[in-house]
Amino acid sequence: MPSIKLNKTVFNRLVGKELSDAELRERIPMLGTDLESVEGDEINVEVFPNRPDMLSEQGFARAFSSFIGVKKGLRKYAVVPSGSKVVIDRSVSDVRPFTACAIVKNLKFNDEKIREMIQIQEKLHVTFGRNRKKLAIGVYPLEHIKLPIRYFAEDPKKVKFQPLEFPRELTGLQIISQHPAGREYGHLLEGKDRFPFFADANKEILSMPPIINSHRTGKVTGQTSEVFIECSGFDFNTCNICLNIIVTALADMGGKICSMELEFPDGKKTTPDLEPRRMKLDVPFVNKWLGLRLSEDQMTDLLSRMGYGFEMGFVLIPAYRADILHMVDLAEDVAIAYGYDKFEPEIPDVATLGEESPFEVFRRRISDVLIGLGLIETSTYNLTNSNDQNSKMGTDLKLAELESAVNTDYNVLRAWMLPCLMKVLHDNKGTEYPQNIFEIGNCFKLDASSETGVCEFARIAVALCGPDADFTRIKQVLDVLAQALDFKYESKEVEHPSFIPGRVARISVGGLDVAYIGELHPQVLANWELEMPVSCFELNMTELYKVFK
Amino acid sequence: MDINRLVESLHPLERKAVPFLAKCSTLKELMKLSKLSEAEAMRALQWLENKGVLKISSEVKETVQLDSNGKEYLKKGLPERRFLEALKKSPLPIKDIGKAASLSAEEATVCLGLLKSKAAISIDKGVVSVTDHGLKALSKEWLEEAFLKRISKGGVEPSALSPEERFSYDIFRKRKDIVRSDLEKIKRFELTDVGKALSKEKIKAGDAIDRLKPDMLRDGSWKGKTFRRYDVTINVPKICRGKRHFVNQATDYAKQVWIEMGFKEMQGPMVNTCFWNFDALFTAQDHPVRDLQDTFYMKSPAKGKLPDKKLVDKVRAMHEHGGDLESIGWQYRWDPETAKRIILRTHTTVLSAKTLAALKKSDRPAKFFAVGRCFRNEAIDWSHLFEFNQTEGIVIDENANFRHLLGYLKRFFTKLGFPQARFRPAYFPYTEPSVEIDVFHPMHNKWVELGGAGIFRPEVVEPLLGEAVPVLAWGPGFDRIMMEYYKITDLRDLYKNDLSQLRGMRQWMR
Repeated sequence: MPSIKLNKTVFNRLVGKELSDAELRERIPMLGTDLESVEGDEINVEVFPNRPDMLSEQGFARAFSSFIGVKKGLRKYAVVPSGSKVVIDRSVSDVRPFTACAIVKNLKFNDEKIREMIQIQEKLHVTFGRNRKKLAIGVYPLEHIKLPIRYFAEDPKKVKFQPLEFPRELTGLQIISQHPAGREYGHLLEGKDRFPFFADANKEILSMPPIINSHRTGKVTGQTSEVFIECSGFDFNTCNICLNIIVTALADMGGKICSMELEFPDGKKTTPDLEPRRMKLDVPFVNKWLGLRLSEDQMTDLLSRMGYGFEMGFVLIPAYRADILHMVDLAEDVAIAYGYDKFEPEIPDVATLGEESPFEVFRRRISDVLIGLGLIETSTYNLTNSNDQNSKMGTDLKLAELESAVNTDYNVLRAWMLPCLMKVLHDNKGTEYPQNIFEIGNCFKLDASSETGVCEFARIAVALCGPDADFTRIKQVLDVLAQALDFKYESKEVEHPSFIPGRVARISVGGLDVAYIGELHPQVLANWELEMPVSCFELNMTELYKVFK
Repeated sequence: MDINRLVESLHPLERKAVPFLAKCSTLKELMKLSKLSEAEAMRALQWLENKGVLKISSEVKETVQLDSNGKEYLKKGLPERRFLEALKKSPLPIKDIGKAASLSAEEATVCLGLLKSKAAISIDKGVVSVTDHGLKALSKEWLEEAFLKRISKGGVEPSALSPEERFSYDIFRKRKDIVRSDLEKIKRFELTDVGKALSKEKIKAGDAIDRLKPDMLRDGSWKGKTFRRYDVTINVPKICRGKRHFVNQATDYAKQVWIEMGFKEMQGPMVNTCFWNFDALFTAQDHPVRDLQDTFYMKSPAKGKLPDKKLVDKVRAMHEHGGDLESIGWQYRWDPETAKRIILRTHTTVLSAKTLAALKKSDRPAKFFAVGRCFRNEAIDWSHLFEFNQTEGIVIDENANFRHLLGYLKRFFTKLGFPQARFRPAYFPYTEPSVEIDVFHPMHNKWVELGGAGIFRPEVVEPLLGEAVPVLAWGPGFDRIMMEYYKITDLRDLYKNDLSQLRGMRQWMR
């Protein structure tokens, strides 16, 4: 989750009321954000990803001010036409088809405000913009730009400009390999013959979204008082909401919002569009969902504390809110304004029968039997590696493999349990013998006929390790299990690469092969650096359970 | 202690040792007198010390001992004596003396030098003959020989040697394997007053029963006899019991809590398609939780099959425009190929999705739970692990509401041992409203985050169940509760399987 820094003085002024640290600590989390710390003049908060509009000091203060009842209801923002336009060329349609643009005037930038501006932009890039993949934002000082602006796509080898904070001009293609931002975000343009560009009426390049602005026309400074803002991406609505989040934050800084006309190949649009969305308020639904009995007035008052307006039965949703899809989203905001701490918890009288899964009961019974024999149950990871699963065991099983596991020691799913027990024995070489252990765990087999291509089984593995571990003793354990669970088994001599030839048997129950049992081969023991014999069995519990049913 | 009780408590080995205690003061002497082996005598002494009969002290002593050649020479005679004996009859050439006296070449050479320096032999053109002085010497016992005899009877401390013995010792030390000096550990004991009294008692071996044996019971020979008294306060060697793994003990308990609350267990595979793990839960396909850095995607197999087309179409419509609901959806083009990718489940909520899809209307209201291992692609350290335990509960009930959710949560966490719970707003893509549960931790005196909850969005429920019935859901992580209970500070210790740790671990007692 993204976190942002708030300057307490600025924050208090924006909120319109000064709260003590203790009050901040208590109230901020109840708005649906996480307060990380209040220290001196700095407040650190975590914002949930569904509220990108709270990623700026201004947006956060706006929501908080309503929440504590200082400035309730829908905020109105004036938008004046700038008279300027942005022409969108058809060539961007299969590269990065949409943009939403605005001009904001009357700004007084200082270092603090520039930092704040960059914070909004970066936080939105990471969260709402999905690391610029879904959406990228550009902010430009208007004084260097000759309107109108053109948005087009061009062969990146043919377009040349000086990227931000770089000593010389590069072509679009060179930026991808030579500029830090190009190296970081270049993959977003991978495979495209043409890259998107913004340029002004003098054909001066403004930027190459979503990578980098031009150094000459794309750098906001302390002298800047008017800016051009564009959001580009793949969905017009997303671009528009993002633009709204930015311009309303700038308006809260004192800026004047001016709209621009966008000439798309198939029609005109005007942005920013700050007209609130309307949703009919379903009072009974919200009451039922929350278990409350609020009147329409009570409910609309609560909604006004979350920044909504209300008109003729319709809720007016601020144009910067990206998270209102359905009435339940309004219900949640009603609940937040009502106060989660004010709800009276209730357990309804609904009669249902509790039940453990019969397979799990079976599994626990088997554990009980083995524990009764003095064995210790272990619990290992489902993830392991092919060296443990195959090389050390002398086997060649097909394994289900992970795509990009952070830990290369854990990049396959286990096909059988014994290697996991061997690892336990290996890790416990310094511990007293005998070490008699068992585990019941899931194992994974490739199976093209299943929904996922992987089939899962529960398997029981028992390993006896110590000077006396031999075939007789492990068979005694199997016999106890068979007697306790009342099944009869047949054994026949087989070969298995992990076991000593002549000391390994295949066990079948009701005609189904369910287990191997035997003494492990000294080479396998050597591979695990063990100096004690191991006798063991591994039994497919899923198959055994079938016989029971 | 009463001396009679003391006598009754003596072990057979102690009984064998006691009669000799007043007659000696070292372990070695006791062994000789009592005919006990070293281990037996030592055990008897230690037990007697525990009973306050005596005090053991140990010291280290240097002693001069016969070495291998020394022992041989004691039997066969010193090489130089045998050398001279061989020459008694007639002089011999140097090369023949070794054989005549059965000496090694090395020994013969040593003797030649030694005897010549003592003027016991003379050499003339390679032929050796014994001198008068030599003949005279042969008739007496030599100092060296007396020395060997003395130390053959037992080690002698160097300081106890006479000047003559010291002289012999110095000579022999320069020769091969005749003598050696050893560091010997000597166990001494000293009787206490109790011990002195005890040693005056008449102790018969074996008049008390040590171990009650079956034949004694059969033939009644135990009758009229006393039993040796044990030291019942003594520490005994540890034994180990069979044990359920402590993580499983805790999950067993969690299950019990759910079952008591009327929930039925759900089960399902750990490997799933994205469809069930994410798409069916209305998690947009570009949502960051689906990123490769967070989620384990499978390389082989990489893709699976989607469920029946009707369900897939409904889920697609929900994502794209909110389906038939009054919802705008996520407004993007939904891609079935992305939904086919295979992953390891990131939450047990995947089981809830599948359960809803299979639930019949006649089975409502219903409550289900799951406890299981889930996965996230994470580097391991003390607070991060790629496998974790989650528990999950859902309530499907036409009349369920947010207050009920809070009621269930309160009850659930009280049963888990946290009676004080606090609820905060939270965000999850598939619930609305969403709740974060903090429980009060009395030991740390602070609120601790224990998990998320919420009511499933209609966009989740409608495609799976056919209508947008409220479904309450909560899925607290379980590892934190376990670590707390077992006082584990490193998450990795949950699956370390250190057997001595497992043997010593406390039982889950909630």
